[in-house]
Amino acid sequence: MSVASAAGASAASAPTPLLEVDHVKVYFPIKSGLLIDRTVGRVHAVDDVTLTLYEGETLGIVGESGCGKTTLIRTLIRLLAPTEGTIRFRGSDITSARRKQLTPVRQQMQMVFQDPQASLNPRKRVAQILATPLILKGVARRDVEPRVRELLKRVGLHPEHLNRFPHEFSGGQRQRIGIARALAVEPRLILLDEPVSALDVSIQAQVINLLEELQQQFGLSYLFVAHDLSVVRHVSDRIAVMYLGKVMELSRSQELYAKPHHPYTAALLSAIPIPDPRENRAREREVVGGEPPSAIDPPSGCRFHTRCPRATDICRSIEPPLTEYANGQLAACHHPLNVGADELRTASRSETSPHSAGQELPEAEPVTAS
Amino acid sequence: MATDPAAVPGTEFSPGLPVGLASDEGEAPPGIGPYQLAWRRLRRNRVALAFGGLFLLMVVLCLLAPVYAHDIAHTGPNDPHITDVIKINGKPTNVVSTLGIPIGPTWHGRFFLGADATGRDIAVRLLYGGRNSLQIGAEATLLTILLATIFGIIAGYFRGVADGLISRAFDLIWAYPVYLLGIALGVSLQVGGLDLGLFKIQGNTLILTALIIGFIYVPYVGKPVRGQVLGLREREFIDAARQQGLGSLRIMFGELLPNVASTIIVFIPLILANAVLTEAGLSFLGAGVHDPNPSWGTMITDGIKLVPGAIHLVLVPGLMLVLTVLGINVFGDGVRDALDPRAKVRIEH
Repeated sequence: MSVASAAGASAASAPTPLLEVDHVKVYFPIKSGLLIDRTVGRVHAVDDVTLTLYEGETLGIVGESGCGKTTLIRTLIRLLAPTEGTIRFRGSDITSARRKQLTPVRQQMQMVFQDPQASLNPRKRVAQILATPLILKGVARRDVEPRVRELLKRVGLHPEHLNRFPHEFSGGQRQRIGIARALAVEPRLILLDEPVSALDVSIQAQVINLLEELQQQFGLSYLFVAHDLSVVRHVSDRIAVMYLGKVMELSRSQELYAKPHHPYTAALLSAIPIPDPRENRAREREVVGGEPPSAIDPPSGCRFHTRCPRATDICRSIEPPLTEYANGQLAACHHPLNVGADELRTASRSETSPHSAGQELPEAEPVTAS
Repeated sequence: MATDPAAVPGTEFSPGLPVGLASDEGEAPPGIGPYQLAWRRLRRNRVALAFGGLFLLMVVLCLLAPVYAHDIAHTGPNDPHITDVIKINGKPTNVVSTLGIPIGPTWHGRFFLGADATGRDIAVRLLYGGRNSLQIGAEATLLTILLATIFGIIAGYFRGVADGLISRAFDLIWAYPVYLLGIALGVSLQVGGLDLGLFKIQGNTLILTALIIGFIYVPYVGKPVRGQVLGLREREFIDAARQQGLGSLRIMFGELLPNVASTIIVFIPLILANAVLTEAGLSFLGAGVHDPNPSWGTMITDGIKLVPGAIHLVLVPGLMLVLTVLGINVFGDGVRDALDPRAKVRIEH
């Protein structure tokens, strides 16, 4: 995979894969029936996603609500079981590992949740919340409290607050407690499920800065899920754009922002507000109308064709493969944007394409990219 | 993990700390938990505290029954004095008159509240009876809360088959009116006793009545607990616990139980009051405590035959029952308001 060369600026020249997601599908059955449950349909929450996260890098995952990003991250940490596919952490298959087998993995892979209010047990003191992972890890009782104080200090909270309850903190402080809980076991990888979307903008910046400092200090890897490209851009080395359970585009963040190949990415980018109102009004927007279609009965061919301004007949019938361009950028589109003729000539079908995708690579078009 | 209250605010912060934002205020008092807040609210509720005191008084009086019997009344709860003659104001009087009417209150140490048809001291029996009633009530409540908590949490946490079995069992108990089930179980078990192989309970004992009452009330607490757990298990802190590798047992009883504890606490006085009343009802109907064991219910049964002549035989145990249950109920309402002002916890028959 040539994306390997693109991974993590901070990592060594040959980055080692930390978390490998191989053609993972997560379907939720829809049951109905009076006495005997019949499966009447399935929600295609995550539909054949292949990703690799390298040591020391931050991989951002963006997409609208309901695109499957939260389901994906929950599956990776095995709160959900995948319907198909394999998940490997540091080379070992954890797809169907049981709780006992997962314990060593969970010491290295932690998660920060979206809602800091709901992710902390309201009936427990901060000291108890932070002590739980430490005790599970086998830290001696008398070492627990000093370690809890250290953790609180590390995330910028007052160590004297360890006897408080979650309701006595502000939203940003609670999220810091959530981060401290994830840090407690000294993990290699932290999965961040929209860690700042429930916070004020001013607090968001503080939490993101904290996350970046912790990454540098402990050499952490992040999988950062968000629905807001402006947040992800700031922290990610690479970004995967998801739509209706599939990866639409995957590339290094500078390239994704500079020249998005997928029309959906372009639409997401044009939705980022520009602080200058005049400039904001003046720019040409790639508008995507309507709501995403149902994940129970997803559209044929390209998932995005129902809303895509560039859609043609081929988009309705054949699912585009993830096409790999010269610079390592991956995009699943028959009519990519910002692609020159020679780039198209050297493009190849990526192995990470969904199994259901066609073989057709995008052809040079008379229309030049906008 | 006690914090040092004398710690000077801000001293824990070295300037080299990465992020400027820390705490909004420098002081670090130990956190105020939900129970502390509830206790503060309860302390302000004078009415609830007064009725709580009334209940406590009843408990203390009943616990002092042996002292009263030995040192003041000089008779036991089951000692008949049918042929005795005592002196009232220097005048000899039969404890039970030749017509079969027992004496009324003497307001002295002996037969303070009079005697019953067989010449037993009412006051002594009242205190012993209260002791039995409260003991049965407490045992029944303990059993209800224990079973309801365990099964409610299991049903709500595991859902699926476990929930199906437990919920249907709850429904089955719930389907019968409390007293109907109580009478049926009481009558059938009091004769032969309960025999579950290793676990044998003789018929006609206090503990058997307590077990029956405790069993009947399980769904009234178990269902609300299950419902709460069903909601709580979807919260992210449960995902966080699972993600850290906590097992089902620790999640159920370490993470979920503290969150349903306030509901359970609110149910305790409610169940206690109902259990005491149910015991009285069953005993009155002859399906609970049996003679010669005193209880408020049996005393009312005994007294009802002599109602026109000796109305105190019915009034006195009835009054005790009312005061006790009233005390528990008003105090329980106070506890409920203090713990969760929005909760609408009640038992619907």
